[in-house]
Amino acid sequence: MDPSELGPIPPDQMKATRTPGYWRLVGGRILADRVTLVCLALLALIVASAVFADLLAPLDPLKTSMVKRLKPIGTPGFLLGTDELGRDILSRLLFGGRMSLLMGIWPVANALVVGGLLGIVAGFFGGRVNMLIMRTVDVFYAFPSVLLAVAISGALGSGMKNAIVALTIVFVPPLVRIAETVTTQVRSLDFVEAARASGAGSPTIIRVHLLPNVMGPILVYASGLISVSIILASGLSFLGLGVEPPQAEWGLMLNTLRQAIYVQPWVAVLPGLMIFVTSICCNLASDGLRNAMEIKQ
Amino acid sequence: MTTMAEPLARAADVGGPRQPLLEVEGLTKHFPVRRSSFFGPKPVARAVDGVSFSIAKGETLGVVGESGCGKSTTARLLMRLIEPDAGRMVFDGELVGGDLDLRDLRRRMQMVFQDSYASLNPRLTIAESLAFAPTVHGIPHGEAIAEAAALLEQVGLDPGIVLHRHPHQLSGGQRQRVNIARALALHPRLVILDEAVSALDKSVEAQVLNLLVDLKERLDLTYMFISHDLNVVHYIADRAMVMYLGKVVELGPVDRIYADPRHPYTRALFAARLSHDPEKRTTAAVLQGDPPNPIDPPSGCRFRTRCPLAAEICAAREPAVIDLGEGHTVACHLHDPLAGHPEARRDA
Repeated sequence: MDPSELGPIPPDQMKATRTPGYWRLVGGRILADRVTLVCLALLALIVASAVFADLLAPLDPLKTSMVKRLKPIGTPGFLLGTDELGRDILSRLLFGGRMSLLMGIWPVANALVVGGLLGIVAGFFGGRVNMLIMRTVDVFYAFPSVLLAVAISGALGSGMKNAIVALTIVFVPPLVRIAETVTTQVRSLDFVEAARASGAGSPTIIRVHLLPNVMGPILVYASGLISVSIILASGLSFLGLGVEPPQAEWGLMLNTLRQAIYVQPWVAVLPGLMIFVTSICCNLASDGLRNAMEIKQ
Repeated sequence: MTTMAEPLARAADVGGPRQPLLEVEGLTKHFPVRRSSFFGPKPVARAVDGVSFSIAKGETLGVVGESGCGKSTTARLLMRLIEPDAGRMVFDGELVGGDLDLRDLRRRMQMVFQDSYASLNPRLTIAESLAFAPTVHGIPHGEAIAEAAALLEQVGLDPGIVLHRHPHQLSGGQRQRVNIARALALHPRLVILDEAVSALDKSVEAQVLNLLVDLKERLDLTYMFISHDLNVVHYIADRAMVMYLGKVVELGPVDRIYADPRHPYTRALFAARLSHDPEKRTTAAVLQGDPPNPIDPPSGCRFRTRCPLAAEICAAREPAVIDLGEGHTVACHLHDPLAGHPEARRDA
């Protein structure tokens, strides 16, 4: 085609634009993917209910009543029943969501920054730097993650802060691995070589050419870790190492209600159900995001 | 540099037309390989081993050879994408690493890669890919983007259509044109084309080749054209350099080499070429087997293990580079009257 036939280029097309086409495409793909949409909606609902627990909770989650212990689901005034101390389950689930989501997101966010940085550095510079970082990470890999979390938490003592530190340490190694692998793959592509051939320094190459191409897979992997973190945090609380009673947290609730499973099985199952729904939504949503963000040739 | 006002002005000619644009002497790269046992010396792959050549201003130097002969490594060494172990590079009279730092070298010399898709960042629009190198060299982003449209027109693409697309929305030929435009963004004097047309369809390949010829004339460029396709090199190159296992075996004007190849390896290469003439078609393999391992190359002449004319001298001594006149050189004992090769008289 002869370019001159098309006339001069309209000025609006000459302007620099920051890839709006790509994100519109991603948005379109998510809208077309029903499973991901439902999962994202559920997650939004769970997050909103945790954030607005103050407004939504019908009763004080800490108020006990010896008379109204272990009421079934649907008891008037206690929509989802009561626990072994007569506290309202619905209110505790709402407030517990705060803790659980915090324990799910915070350690992963910490580990994302630390692990992502270490992994990208290891992958980009290779050689001895890579060796040093990756072999150190391998040491942490030698322990099963649950054991590592329990050991660190146990050593630091119980409490939410320590549990977050412990979980962060657990999630750093897998994120370093993922970041390193993706970075190594991208680094060997010709466009990184071409960028170096144009005289750009490493910080510029990492910012412009590497980060946008490695962030997708790393973020998707991290979003999958949120569910693992919620479960591990629940496990720590269950063992008495995470959130301390009487505060509400799904794992802790599951722990205390477990003794009531023969009396009120449906009530006892509720916190577990919340953990299950939240983590499966996280997993499916991150899968959907990965598909939507893929660049198809 | 005195180019602060207009940092992307093309670097001026220094030594006049008779001074080579690029002189390379004894370029060497040995890659360390994993040793087979814990003891003993660390083995190396001699990917490029003492390569010397020069490129005159305004010419096209074609580089041919089998895969693994060190063509691409040579290109990457010239761009300093990998550090050479030894060797000297002089760009238009300026010693690279001495008078000329790497940043300035990379403004004067650019490269087009074979894989048109892998050499463009999939997350950037074409405009941003083209603007990247100029921004690195201090051009404001807006200006660089505006310049991108002009670059696209230069390579025969319509900026209105291509500018804000992503690489996966273009065809292979279009992408390779974008890659050429990207290489031109810094106004280089020398462009290294590493198998730049090899992955394209034949018809597209021809178009891109014509574009390259056209650009060379308009922008007064010099090319180093790496290819395994002898016909393409014949078409585009002024001189040809034949490489085998990290060494230059023959170098000279294309017409002379194509009419009368002197090195047995060059002859084998030409004999293996597909012919359009059914009478001349051959099914017999001209060369047996694969090239030897560059980790432990044959002693003396590296081609001797596959050479039909190999003699004792070939294993004993590495052949010297013999000047055959008119810039035609060959590294073979056959053409060295002092080497004492038994076939020397009859063949030379």
